[in-house]
Amino acid sequence: MTPIQILFLVTALAAVLSAIMVVASPRLVHAALWLIVTLGAVAVLFVLLDAAFLAMVQVAIYIGAIAILIIFTAMLTRRVMGEAGPQANRSWWLAAFIGVLLFGALLALLVQVPAWWQATPPTIGVTADFLLEDLGASLVDLDRYVVPFEVASVLLLAALIGAIVLARPAERSGGEGAK
Amino acid sequence: MISDPFTYLGDLLREVLVGLGLTTGQAAALIQFLGAGALATAVLLLTFLLIWAERKILARIQDRLGPNRVGPYGLLQTIADAAKLLTKEVIVPDGADKLLYYLAPPLTVMSVVGLWAVIPLAPNLIGSDINVAVIYLISIGAIGTLGIMLAGWSSNNKYALLGAFRSVAMLISYEVPMVLALLVPTMLAGSMGMVAIVESQRSMWFVVLAPLAALLFFTSSMAEAGKAPFDLLEAESEIVAGYNIEYSSMAFGMFFVGEFLHGFTLAALTVTLFFGGWLGPGVHTYTWLGLIYLLLKTAVVYFVVVWVRGTLPRLRIDQVNAFNWKFLVPLALVVVVVTAVADKLATSVGWGRTPAMLVANGLVFLGTLVVMQRYGRAQRLKYEGRAAMAPEPAGAPRP
Repeated sequence: MTPIQILFLVTALAAVLSAIMVVASPRLVHAALWLIVTLGAVAVLFVLLDAAFLAMVQVAIYIGAIAILIIFTAMLTRRVMGEAGPQANRSWWLAAFIGVLLFGALLALLVQVPAWWQATPPTIGVTADFLLEDLGASLVDLDRYVVPFEVASVLLLAALIGAIVLARPAERSGGEGAK
Repeated sequence: MISDPFTYLGDLLREVLVGLGLTTGQAAALIQFLGAGALATAVLLLTFLLIWAERKILARIQDRLGPNRVGPYGLLQTIADAAKLLTKEVIVPDGADKLLYYLAPPLTVMSVVGLWAVIPLAPNLIGSDINVAVIYLISIGAIGTLGIMLAGWSSNNKYALLGAFRSVAMLISYEVPMVLALLVPTMLAGSMGMVAIVESQRSMWFVVLAPLAALLFFTSSMAEAGKAPFDLLEAESEIVAGYNIEYSSMAFGMFFVGEFLHGFTLAALTVTLFFGGWLGPGVHTYTWLGLIYLLLKTAVVYFVVVWVRGTLPRLRIDQVNAFNWKFLVPLALVVVVVTAVADKLATSVGWGRTPAMLVANGLVFLGTLVVMQRYGRAQRLKYEGRAAMAPEPAGAPRP
């Protein structure tokens, strides 16, 4: 095996194990921290795939924003230092079954990719920089993703305004601070 | 050799390593590890000098002498302090989350030292010239936030947790204008790579093309570094000490080192992004001059950081957040849009880039002044009206 393959296997294993810990960890904050490990491992996988941009965005958005937000909310809950008891309930086998089913479906899709088992994948003939530029251009291209992109932006804006409206005090009496 | 000692040293080391029987690939990998180690060590050793300089400048601003007992001019004071910290006991509070408690300080230092990986120190001398360096800056900063949060939570102390909350609230908020301000040099250079950003300032420094963005970046990274007037992270008088209250010995020292180094790092980033980085006369014949230029410029900006710290009082948490969300963020949004439009207009109409950008920035600046004047007048009228309505005459009118 090449060093890259070993690195891939180690990272993939870390991602999977820490993902299991996310749902198995009895402490809420620990679960959130395991989630960070998972997301970090996925970022490393992106680096191994020569997608440095996606790796950086993964860290900046998922670890820097989403995971911090999750930890923030978890820390605001009561009795956060204590353990929440066993994490599995009666229907854990159902979740496991669905998980295996999903994995099988994904594997079935993957097998259809030509030459997926080869150690050195066939080159695609374009550089990573070109792919990145293509990604950027496709987001503002009318024929490609401009509509989904704009819809997502409007959705986020609506969420932003909604959050402000929710956080406003119920009745505003005159000036700020109300005396 | 005299013109480019860094490349020469690298080649020499490679030859030696290959001579020892390593393959070229192994030698390159080893040199990268050595380089990373050398850079991190140099930066951390620099902190000794920085702490001394900051204390000395602050003392002069406050009409004191500052450290002056250990060594000439008190130069060895920091080393004495570090030795003292090292000999103290690391006290882990009862009920603390041990692993996270120990993980937090190194994470915080790492997030600052990691920034140096993408700062071009001289031509051909950079930790790693990745083409997404600007996003790297943001994501590394996120890890620092995480470190502060972990420190506050794992100490099992309400005051530490409260301190961490307000710190993180501030850090996350100020990331917004920082990211927006970072967009401007990215747009002007047409690249997210640090080397490309420095190279494209050859004709004109970006601080001339985008003075407002430079100010925005400087201000918001001051807040990110927790420098006064944004030093709510350790407001001794209000929340005991903040997120690091339960830390002692070198575990506390690490937070301390990270904070002091962050001040210098933000100066280096400002210089790289807006003041031409290592650019200067004669830098292409003698590349080592680049390092000198960078350090000189950084020292000047760093002095401003300390100067601001020594002159401005600490803001309240509501003032900090209001200043960010009501002033910095809208201004940053306007600056980004105006920069993009002005740059495109200048190239399509055929004006010079510098006058077009200067006029655009001046217009935004004037607009900001007018809006602020209106707001100030409205506030004053409101307060005066309230004072007139009050049953007994209020003493001095509030500002």
